[in-house]
Amino acid sequence: MTTLTVLPDVAVVRRRSNLDMLTVVVATVCSALVVLAILGPFLTPYPPAQTDILAASQGPSAQHLLGTDALGRDILSRLLAGARLSFAGPGLIVAVSTTAGTAIAIWSAWHGGLLDKGMNRVLDVMFAVPGILVAVLAAAVFGSGFWAPVLALSIVYIPYVARVVRSAAVRERRLPYVEACQLAGMRPSRICSRHILRNVAPIALAQGTIAFASALMDFAAISFLGLGVQPPVSEWGLMVSDGRSELLDGAAQQSLAAGAMVVLTVVAFNVLGERVSRRIGGNR
Amino acid sequence: MRQLPGPILHVIRTLAAAAGTMLAASFVIFVALALAPGDPVSQILGPRASDAQRAQMRDQLGLDDPVLVRYWHWLTGALRGDFGTSLTYREDVSALLEPRILTTALLVLMATILILLVGLSLGTLGGTSDRWRPAVNALVGLGVAIPGFIAGSALISLFAVRLGWFPTFGAGSGFTDRVWHLTLPAIALAMGWSAYVAQMTSAAVSEENKREHVLTARGRGISRASVFRRHVLLNASIPVLTASGLTVAGLVAGSVVVESVFAIDGLGSLLVKSVSSKDYAPVTAISMIIVAVFVIVTTTIDLAQVALDPRLRKQTR
Repeated sequence: MTTLTVLPDVAVVRRRSNLDMLTVVVATVCSALVVLAILGPFLTPYPPAQTDILAASQGPSAQHLLGTDALGRDILSRLLAGARLSFAGPGLIVAVSTTAGTAIAIWSAWHGGLLDKGMNRVLDVMFAVPGILVAVLAAAVFGSGFWAPVLALSIVYIPYVARVVRSAAVRERRLPYVEACQLAGMRPSRICSRHILRNVAPIALAQGTIAFASALMDFAAISFLGLGVQPPVSEWGLMVSDGRSELLDGAAQQSLAAGAMVVLTVVAFNVLGERVSRRIGGNR
Repeated sequence: MRQLPGPILHVIRTLAAAAGTMLAASFVIFVALALAPGDPVSQILGPRASDAQRAQMRDQLGLDDPVLVRYWHWLTGALRGDFGTSLTYREDVSALLEPRILTTALLVLMATILILLVGLSLGTLGGTSDRWRPAVNALVGLGVAIPGFIAGSALISLFAVRLGWFPTFGAGSGFTDRVWHLTLPAIALAMGWSAYVAQMTSAAVSEENKREHVLTARGRGISRASVFRRHVLLNASIPVLTASGLTVAGLVAGSVVVESVFAIDGLGSLLVKSVSSKDYAPVTAISMIIVAVFVIVTTTIDLAQVALDPRLRKQTR
């Protein structure tokens, strides 16, 4: 008797949380990576900047699971410590561009007409501009370092979010409740912030997740070129470039381990963003 | 004056917009770099030059002129093919660019061919066959996540160092040697973009496959291949064309990174070197070349779209 009443309940619960395995897996991987980015520097088996010339350029061993680099620094430690900067750059970029992009999108969709058309055009052009070029030019103007690529890419990534949010906000704008609010005498700024923003926020977040993945690739590429963060700090793009001389000698673990971390992160965040946006029905 | 016919008006408008974009981009890039900190005079003369020498050099370079005047001089020079002098190489920028443009163009061309071959066939496969779609999606998901510098490092490690099939760096000389040298870089450059084109193609093809006229044609018993050729392909080609255009424009910028990975002496690596040494004349020139390629490609795509899709012609009036 009891089993009969329990079974349908289980079925209902299952249907409601129809999270597929893949979404659960990527969400777990993403959370683990974020935790790593925050706690990474505390988990390192060796201090990431500690050099040991006697143990330079070693292969994987029990003491150094991923081996050591040309200065004898433990690669695993640098990989763990490097997560922080590798995430901080794109994290900041996405925080700025998602906020600005959402604000621009709602503002433009609310006013409509010529302003919206013009804004759409500007976003289209900006979307097509290669982020790497802008980041390289920013390094030329402001000098290399952490902030030049972050600043440049924050602007470059605005259309990634704004284009998608804008089309969602345009749809939202046409819904009857907006008119009802207007008739009730609610101020436009209030309708936008209380209602439209809340309804498009999930789409903005999903798109921001995907933008984070792209920004991480661009930020790492700028470090790789030597125009971003400078040694001796550890960062994944920098590690790929540091490992180049050993790679040519046949010891590829530093470049490839750092590269694999970038690829893993990008895949995880891309898939998560896509799953979430498909779930909430935002069009891409 | 008689009203010009719609399509011609559209062409004129598109070309004017392209020229305007180039002009605006050149202005922004020139002024930003002109206002950047750094002193080209001490870079040329060294720290021990006298004040009189410095003043003379400043005058010679026109550094005391207002920015707008300097931009005007640069623009009129650039239109004649004179992009100024490189401070590090002590050579005309146009002389520096000439051999490197060929290298980069060959690299981009090879990558484009790869992208179209791999991207279009993978995308068509994923868009038409339900059995292959998951595999194609997985490949695409991995492909877009591998940036050029990581793909390049992995390719060097496997095919150049381990297997020794390809050289590890350089651009080679002579045609076959160049192609051999540029094969791995082209693959590294093509990887992410092939995945992007495959994604776009797959989406466009499966979208068209679901359309009523395609279902009707299939219901009438027309063979799958014929329906695909006559009803799906042409309609799906429009978004695919846009994606491919963006690709070629992005490739030139992507070559900046890939050339540095493989130490190829092309436009991209010259750009990075010049940025590092604060040598702004080549930076401005190469940025403008990248912008120009981008504008030319997108303008061509824009015009080709109107030619391909009669529905767009009405909107352009």
